[in-house]
Amino acid sequence: MTRPFWNPYAAGIGLGLTLLFSYIVLGTGLGASGGITRIAASAAHAVAPSAVEGNDYLNGYFANGSPLAYYLVTMLVGTLAGGFLSAYNAGRVQLGIERGPTASSGLRLTLALIGGALTGLGARFASGCTSGQALSGGAMLQTGSFVFTGACFAAAFALAPLVKKEWQ
Amino acid sequence: MNLFAQDLLGTPLGLLLSLFVGLGFGFWLERAGFGSSRKLTAIFYLHDFAVLKVMFSAMVTAALGLQLFGALGYIDLAALYVPESVIWPQLVGGLLFGLGFVAGGWCPGTAAVGLASGKLDALVFLLGAGVGSLAFAGLQPHLGDFMHASVCSIGSLPQQFGVSGPIGALVLLAVALGAFVGATKVEQWMARRNQA
Repeated sequence: MTRPFWNPYAAGIGLGLTLLFSYIVLGTGLGASGGITRIAASAAHAVAPSAVEGNDYLNGYFANGSPLAYYLVTMLVGTLAGGFLSAYNAGRVQLGIERGPTASSGLRLTLALIGGALTGLGARFASGCTSGQALSGGAMLQTGSFVFTGACFAAAFALAPLVKKEWQ
Repeated sequence: MNLFAQDLLGTPLGLLLSLFVGLGFGFWLERAGFGSSRKLTAIFYLHDFAVLKVMFSAMVTAALGLQLFGALGYIDLAALYVPESVIWPQLVGGLLFGLGFVAGGWCPGTAAVGLASGKLDALVFLLGAGVGSLAFAGLQPHLGDFMHASVCSIGSLPQQFGVSGPIGALVLLAVALGAFVGATKVEQWMARRNQA
């Protein structure tokens, strides 16, 4: 039996207190895309070490041993674990492909791959994603965080009618 | 405490505390329903504004707490790590990110929670995000001055408007409350329209 989601304001305040705790203890906010970039760099390094070490953007990750010994990587592992604990507790862990009633799995997975690539690219341009830039930078009232968030929602609303079949 | 300012984030203690923060992060995202891409994208069809409500509540809670503790002298806000505000990279990044968000159905953090909930589309999205990150690394040497902070640095909103941090946080609270009222009205309007 699946339990209902929590009230969005209550969940938001809980999330905000987690962010506040992160700033006080770690001295930095939340992040997710940075961990993904490091895991991707690590995987690429296993295949083509010289190309990765020769890249200006990635070589710094390998300066002090493994690129995975980094706080955003363990935070991402924690996010996976916290998400699993919550989903399991609420009876929401179920293997599947989530999509709208008239969308095929092929369409959904293709758009998931393309969408993932665009967010990965965009997050590196912006030095952060919805967590590191929008949420954490926004809580510190950073102008660029609101520029990022505004641009993100404007682009998403503009594209939404074209991918409606995927969701609705 | 501020591990960042003491350069301790990479120590075993820093890595462990970051894991602990991540546990809370993932827990709250999942509780809010953000382990579901259809719930996340519903905002773009005006059916469900949970994304706006959760994000804004979290941002305001943290902003008020940070300004309060800063004003009381419990924490040094200037010693915290914040990503530098650079308008052009953040505008372009935001546009690309938004297209990917509605097409892919996730953002990086929620995709981790989706994967933890068993969603295979979240796994594919995360693989894509890794590829996109590497694509940026390949592109970066050709971007020249574009990413350089000194050519487009814009600072914080209180600096822009010449107000104090606490006033800035209170203005954010007022904007958020207005957005909550507006979003709830749109949700009710859409629900009535769908019934009729």
